[in-house]
Amino acid sequence: MKVRGRVPLGPVWAVAKKDLLLEVRNREIVISLLVFSGLIFIIFNFAIELTSANRDTVGPGVLWVAVAFASVLGLNRSFIIEKDGNALDGLLLTPVGRDTILIGKTVGNFIFMAAALVILFPVFTALFDVNVLKIEVFVIALLTILGLATVGTMFAALSVNTRAREIMLPVLFLPIAVPILISAVEGTARVTEGGGWGDALQWIEILAAFDVIFIVAALLTFQFLLED
Amino acid sequence: MPRTMITPRLLASEDQTLTAPSISNQVAGEGPEASPEMPKMAITVRGLAKSYGFNGVLSGLDMDVSAGEVFTIFGPNGSGKTTLLRVLATLTRPDSGRVVINGFDFTREAALVRSTIGVVMHSSLLYGDLTGRENLRFYGRMFNLAEIENRINEVAERMNVAHRLDDKVRDLSHGLEKRVSFARALLHRPKLLLLDEPETGLDQNTLAIFEGLLADYRKVGGSVVMTTHSLERGLALADRVAILGGGKFVFVDSSDNIEPGELPGIFGRLTGERQ
Repeated sequence: MKVRGRVPLGPVWAVAKKDLLLEVRNREIVISLLVFSGLIFIIFNFAIELTSANRDTVGPGVLWVAVAFASVLGLNRSFIIEKDGNALDGLLLTPVGRDTILIGKTVGNFIFMAAALVILFPVFTALFDVNVLKIEVFVIALLTILGLATVGTMFAALSVNTRAREIMLPVLFLPIAVPILISAVEGTARVTEGGGWGDALQWIEILAAFDVIFIVAALLTFQFLLED
Repeated sequence: MPRTMITPRLLASEDQTLTAPSISNQVAGEGPEASPEMPKMAITVRGLAKSYGFNGVLSGLDMDVSAGEVFTIFGPNGSGKTTLLRVLATLTRPDSGRVVINGFDFTREAALVRSTIGVVMHSSLLYGDLTGRENLRFYGRMFNLAEIENRINEVAERMNVAHRLDDKVRDLSHGLEKRVSFARALLHRPKLLLLDEPETGLDQNTLAIFEGLLADYRKVGGSVVMTTHSLERGLALADRVAILGGGKFVFVDSSDNIEPGELPGIFGRLTGERQ
């Protein structure tokens, strides 16, 4: 048995793989992400009068609002499974750093969100007639869900031990996620309005910067969030 | 008057220098690998205090457990037994105090402490929607064990749960789930077992497995700290027993010095509760 100072990849992948296995068995997180996002798409599709003039500008806002709100459900669930049977204590009893657990859980949540987006993007394109199936939007999407998964996992860990965890997570998570969401909406709008890499690059850089800030902040604070 | 309050030897090793044991893959058996580097003390605790809000649970507790010793803790509900075990398991941060476990400092070397302890709590600490084997495989990876599948089979055989290891934990009875929980705690061959009321709700068969396990574990130099409400069973299994009250041990003595019928009286006098 080896105990190392740096973050070991084996346990990181073990945590993520365990979450994926639980999700394959239960299908709770991805299904709830899809159903909730799909519902928001349908409501907005009826509520907003989209014209050729505003479609490419308004559409990205609808897309990322749906993803942000739906992700709250999935993030909450990802830590509730740890409370079942007090498995979180079992996880904390393993000789890995808390950062290893955070990264493993974040990787799992990132994969769940990415899996949901693979289905949501074509659905959104079909419903709103706004083409988001472009490489620039994929890059924006990956950076966005990386940030959402990092911040969301951190706050899900914090809120899971509170009595009002279903309320606590969105209250903590969504305000902090605003810079990521604004960058995602703006970057996606630049692309759907006909722009290319050059138009989206500024927002991609801002997204990447926020991702780095959130990842560092999460690694520095996560160990304190899980203490009794 | 109770015969023993805090025994002098409880404090005797306060300044003892503890040598860190080597953390290495171990080959066979349920207990830890016997090693000349193994520290003489499994646990040294000084001045441990923990409170939740204004409710002081532990207040200046001292404790020593030697390597190879089975130490049983009794105490009424709310006396802090579970809190003490959670602190020793690095799950709860104390307000103050010094804790050294298997030669590792509790605060500076928490990961190393965790690599040398096995913990069984009230809850199984298992994922209900995974099978017993999947749970053990996951924990094996977290402990970076070599030959995980062989080790899983070994501990499952030892706990007599191999025949149900591919069932989801959620579908197992309480006793079988507890056996898998023991298998999880033993998987990485810990030097110290921390058991919180391990016998609760177990049938005679599982109790026999548990008692056999403890006997084997002690033979190979493993240490055990166990809490229980069963005075008779706790005394029978222990080398030393302690009673926790008012946030400290109010009684510590060798089990050889205590007659089985004597303990309920001592417990009642010191805690004001009938057992």
